[in-house]
Amino acid sequence: MVPPTGFTAQLTVFSAAAMAFLAVFALALSLAAGRLADRWTSELARSATVRISAPQGQIEAQTRAALGVLQTTPGIASVRVLDKDEQQALLTPWIGQGLPLDVLPLPQLIEVVGDETGYDSEGLRQRLAAEAPGARLDDHARWREPLVRAAGRLRDLGLLSILLITLTTAAMIVLAAHAALAANAQVIRVLRLIGAQDSFIVHAFVRRFTARAVAGATLGTGLGMLAVLLLPDAPETAGGLAAGIGFRGWGWLWPLAVPLLAGFVAFWATRLAALRSLKELS
Amino acid sequence: MIGLENVSYGYGDGELLSGITLDLSPGSFHFLTGPSGSGKTTFLKLCYMELVPTAGHVRAFGRDVREMDRDDIARARRRIGIVHQDCQFLDHLSIAENIALPLAVGGRAGPDDAENLDALLGWVGLGNRAGALPPELSGGERQRAALARAVIMSPDVILADEPTGNVDWEMSKRLLSLLAELNRMGKAILVATHDLNLIRAAKTKVNARVLRISDRRLQLAGADL
Repeated sequence: MVPPTGFTAQLTVFSAAAMAFLAVFALALSLAAGRLADRWTSELARSATVRISAPQGQIEAQTRAALGVLQTTPGIASVRVLDKDEQQALLTPWIGQGLPLDVLPLPQLIEVVGDETGYDSEGLRQRLAAEAPGARLDDHARWREPLVRAAGRLRDLGLLSILLITLTTAAMIVLAAHAALAANAQVIRVLRLIGAQDSFIVHAFVRRFTARAVAGATLGTGLGMLAVLLLPDAPETAGGLAAGIGFRGWGWLWPLAVPLLAGFVAFWATRLAALRSLKELS
Repeated sequence: MIGLENVSYGYGDGELLSGITLDLSPGSFHFLTGPSGSGKTTFLKLCYMELVPTAGHVRAFGRDVREMDRDDIARARRRIGIVHQDCQFLDHLSIAENIALPLAVGGRAGPDDAENLDALLGWVGLGNRAGALPPELSGGERQRAALARAVIMSPDVILADEPTGNVDWEMSKRLLSLLAELNRMGKAILVATHDLNLIRAAKTKVNARVLRISDRRLQLAGADL
């Protein structure tokens, strides 16, 4: 019904593809940041360390006292005293091998793992101070919280990017639809004269732009997913967020929503633009 | 079916048409004459509801045009076949597709269309030009195609604006006999033309009334032709 327009059609497809490509990355970033925030919140929150620094002779007595306190604290699932080898393994990355650790006055470390309900850190701290003055509870809160906040903010930025990409796509489709409607004013006039209702004319444009947006977005999403898939593998412990970018398991289904969203946006953007400009024609 | 009651219309300053009353009833045949710029096309636009009168009432199939919304007007236009002066085709579609367009637009496309379309193309003598694009046709062929498009929905009223404007006399007579044939089937027909020979030729075939726009008013100009 509406004459084909090669060049502008290709521009619409290209823009939809580019937006979908960007959306896939924003989505991957959001999901990775979300996973990181969750992990820092849940896994690390449940583990804590009690460090006992005391004169050599008192360490053992204070360790026993601290263990007594920990074992009677509700919300703690397990408590374990780290042995010499384990402590040495923890220190090796920092100070290198071959150091005679035996001669250094090392504090004793106790690993504490909370259960689902969690424990009251402040209460535990006070009881430890009373029973074992050399014991210090470190629940990692001090360094964990800013990291969780940063990861959460990053996830929000990713979601905001997706929102902006969606709105930009809508704006682009509206502009393209307006151009097409203006270029086809004569066609619309003829259709009106032979009895076409607005819905018929709108449908012709909506079908065309939705198809273009979905085709472009499918292409862009495919390329975006491929690019994410081909990201070089880095161990997550070392790379942190950079290594975590990507999709995991069912997460690969998320980007498939991008072409659907593009189609939905194109449908409504074209429909509203067309209905509005038809009102201005006779 | 289309009635004008004391209708006036003006573009901005001053009236082009004023105090016009006319009723296009089934089986009627009207010619509309008048010098160029006298308002023939404007008169037709009022009839097919592209323009709304500045005063008076236009009624289409019993409803006042002012009370009709865009969709009502679209539906009413399916019962009015219009042959425009410049035909108004979609140049990227073939002639057959252009002629069948009102069916598609009205959601009336059906299985027997191909046969009907062939019969219609034969009736206007375009059977062998079905696949041609509008710009490839001669003036006369385009006018006949426009007539075919105007009648494909079997409308109650046919409005034609200078349908013989750029065709030779033989073709004019053919178009006229097509319109006369439609008139005998009970359609109301209104032809705007300044071709007096056409009107004289028509008098032998149909019982036509001749209207003349003069000094913004519509006058019956029957007998003196």
